[in-house]
Amino acid sequence: MDHLDELEAESIYIFREAYKNLGKLGLLWSIGKDSTVLLWLVRKAFYGHTPFPFIHVDTSFEMPEVLAYRDRVAAELGLDLIVYTNQDAVDQGMNPKLGRLMCCGALKTVALNQVVKKYSFDGLIVGVRQDEEGSRSKERIFSERNQQDKWDYTNQPPELWDEFKTDFPKGNHIRVHPLLHWTELDIWEYIQREGIPIIDLYFAKNHHRYRSLGCAPCTGTIDSDASTVSEIIAELKQTKISERAGRAQDQEDAYAMQKLRQSGYM
Amino acid sequence: MENSELHIVMVGHVDHGKSTVIGRLLYDTKALPEGTVDKVKRIAQETGKPFEYAYLLDAFEEEQKQGITIDTTQLKFHTASREYVIIDAPGHKEFLKNMISGASDAEVAFLIVDAARGVEEQTKRHAYILRLLGIRQIYVLINKMDLVDYEQTRFVAVKAEVAAFLATLQLQAAGFLPVSAYYGENLVQHSAKMPWYTGKSFIATLDSIKAKPTSSDQPLRLPIQDVFKFDQRRIIAGRIEAGELQVDDKIKLYPSGRETVVTEFANWASRDAKVEASVGQSVGIQLQDEFFNQRGEIITRSSDQQQPTVTNVVQTNLFWMGQAPLVTGQRYKLKIATQQVIARVLKVLKVTDSSTLATREDATKVQLNDVAEVVFQTETPLVYDLFTQQQVTGRFVIVDGYDVAGGGTITEHYQGDTQLDGAIFSTDGQDYQLNLFDQYCLTAGGQVVTHEYQGHYQIGAELPLKGSGYAYPTDFAILLAEQDRVLTVKAGRFSGSQALTDFRVQLPVVDSRGAQLNLTAPADLKAYLTERESLNDKTKTTFYQKWLDFNAYHQIVIEDI
Repeated sequence: MDHLDELEAESIYIFREAYKNLGKLGLLWSIGKDSTVLLWLVRKAFYGHTPFPFIHVDTSFEMPEVLAYRDRVAAELGLDLIVYTNQDAVDQGMNPKLGRLMCCGALKTVALNQVVKKYSFDGLIVGVRQDEEGSRSKERIFSERNQQDKWDYTNQPPELWDEFKTDFPKGNHIRVHPLLHWTELDIWEYIQREGIPIIDLYFAKNHHRYRSLGCAPCTGTIDSDASTVSEIIAELKQTKISERAGRAQDQEDAYAMQKLRQSGYM
Repeated sequence: MENSELHIVMVGHVDHGKSTVIGRLLYDTKALPEGTVDKVKRIAQETGKPFEYAYLLDAFEEEQKQGITIDTTQLKFHTASREYVIIDAPGHKEFLKNMISGASDAEVAFLIVDAARGVEEQTKRHAYILRLLGIRQIYVLINKMDLVDYEQTRFVAVKAEVAAFLATLQLQAAGFLPVSAYYGENLVQHSAKMPWYTGKSFIATLDSIKAKPTSSDQPLRLPIQDVFKFDQRRIIAGRIEAGELQVDDKIKLYPSGRETVVTEFANWASRDAKVEASVGQSVGIQLQDEFFNQRGEIITRSSDQQQPTVTNVVQTNLFWMGQAPLVTGQRYKLKIATQQVIARVLKVLKVTDSSTLATREDATKVQLNDVAEVVFQTETPLVYDLFTQQQVTGRFVIVDGYDVAGGGTITEHYQGDTQLDGAIFSTDGQDYQLNLFDQYCLTAGGQVVTHEYQGHYQIGAELPLKGSGYAYPTDFAILLAEQDRVLTVKAGRFSGSQALTDFRVQLPVVDSRGAQLNLTAPADLKAYLTERESLNDKTKTTFYQKWLDFNAYHQIVIEDI
């Protein structure tokens, strides 16, 4: 087994543990590269089936290409798709100009908390990775959120030998992180190896491409001529720029992500 | 495993420099994106503190403000010859559970010791934990050599001190390296400041470590994770934890010992089609015989010499991470691979303070951060191997309430006397523990207390079918689904034992606690067993409500109210 085989086997094991041990399960599907790999691994883990709903938190500031891709794939695969928007906040005119962290808080964190409550999810599968940013580097694979969706990050329970946390009070939920140990490069090498179809926003046009996808107003492109998966891999092996450099909310405050994630952000 | 990543963990006493070693290594090998280093520099400037390499790992605000590591983290890093996963672990005693979470994932450990301070409390505790986790490849980094003017004599003295301590744990270091992590001495390149040191630099040492040989030549252990019935296929899902498996292999399922043959490996992507699989792979298999399988069963190959042990009593080496102590007589969840059983603490044989190594032999409790030899008795049969023979099925965790609170390994079979909870029915050399004659008593405050009845019955023995709190008919059957057996009672006597597959429901049927099974229609037995296959923590209440009637033969005795 090479290291991609090992990562794949571990992720499949995690999916199956979540499906077996957590009650109502949903998968947070953001349409990006990590979510795309999640979708692929679900079908491997359950032999072509997708036995839980896929949730897309639509902030109302999504890129049109993302929405089109989402609807096309969901229809093709017959996914049980839940699209959820914090409509109250949108109606009240929430937008990034009022403050990026405030906007992310309302349209992503609060929306996510609302959808968890609305459907009484016990488990939420999220494609975060340790190498993305600091607070994610400290995550557990099964990570509990309390009734208020708070993450008690300075007092996490032990997690060893793949014996995950599956006991928790009713009303709390578990964030399940099957891709925690993957790096950005692993994701692309896996996409290449498996021939996984992916949204073309990642491929360069006019010397620019997206490296990480988010809301249209807060997500920038990078200078790049990488227009194929192999070219992206070659680029990543050279680059010294961090993956989320184009994500404006991360730059607001040194501990922005920790603060967002403490209150329930993905 | 070729090309796979070597997992290494940094352990040792607080402030001896674990995070700094990793931070400096990543910095010197330019393994970090620009943004990460810039961010840490910016934070240092804003807070008026000097730049710390440790901040590259200590990402939490609380960690950076207090200058400590709270939780473990993993980072990938590569040299010209190999990929690594480096695990940073906290050194504070209060975060020992996080150190264990991190270290449990490692094959190789680096014990960091401050050259000026030598062996301290967590140096000892961490070394002991490494031994309990079964990590035997341990290197010692004697750090902060700058504080002792790069003196060889000091290095030699600390080396002797550490070696002597490790020897008391029957551990031997694979190597000792002098370094100064903050100044990058002897990390990536040989240090000019220590010409007397002729050994390898830290990176050269890493590259010289031989990866653990693949364990595919071991006997097969495939714990069942789940049974899928999404379509017409019935797929047994699990991860191969040791050995290898091929189509047409004859396999054994534990604890029942039933045998069947593997007919197919399921796959979805065509590149995954296969007729054999080995250790580390998550697989789905189809079997020739449609037994009722369930999560927790362990699959082995019939042809293998070394088979697991099935028992109700298990002796363990355990470390305790719970705020509340482990207490004799208490019941906990014990998990080995995908098995989960209720286990009662039968005896605490010995408790050791993991730092001073002082031992107590008359203990009834195991406190936070203690290590201990503990004997558990399980309610249902437990399948295990000795840790020295099979790692995954030789180690376990204990869940207390909602959290994992303990863990450890099984290194010897229990030899002592056992006093089983409940009545023992013996036939054909097998003992079955049945809680048929227990009394459930209501006591002050509405607590229900169970008084266990202990007795030993051979075939033909007359049974105490009526007692305070229970009354059974003279003829009934006892269904032991996990053991794949049915025991029968006729005319008030224990009359026989048969395989579950041969059993037809003619008499009232109870489970091992004497709850009546609601089996009326002929198809009910199959439906009960099928539903039982996909039983989990969330569905069990509904399942029990539907199938079990505890009141049929029981009545709660009021002792107090």
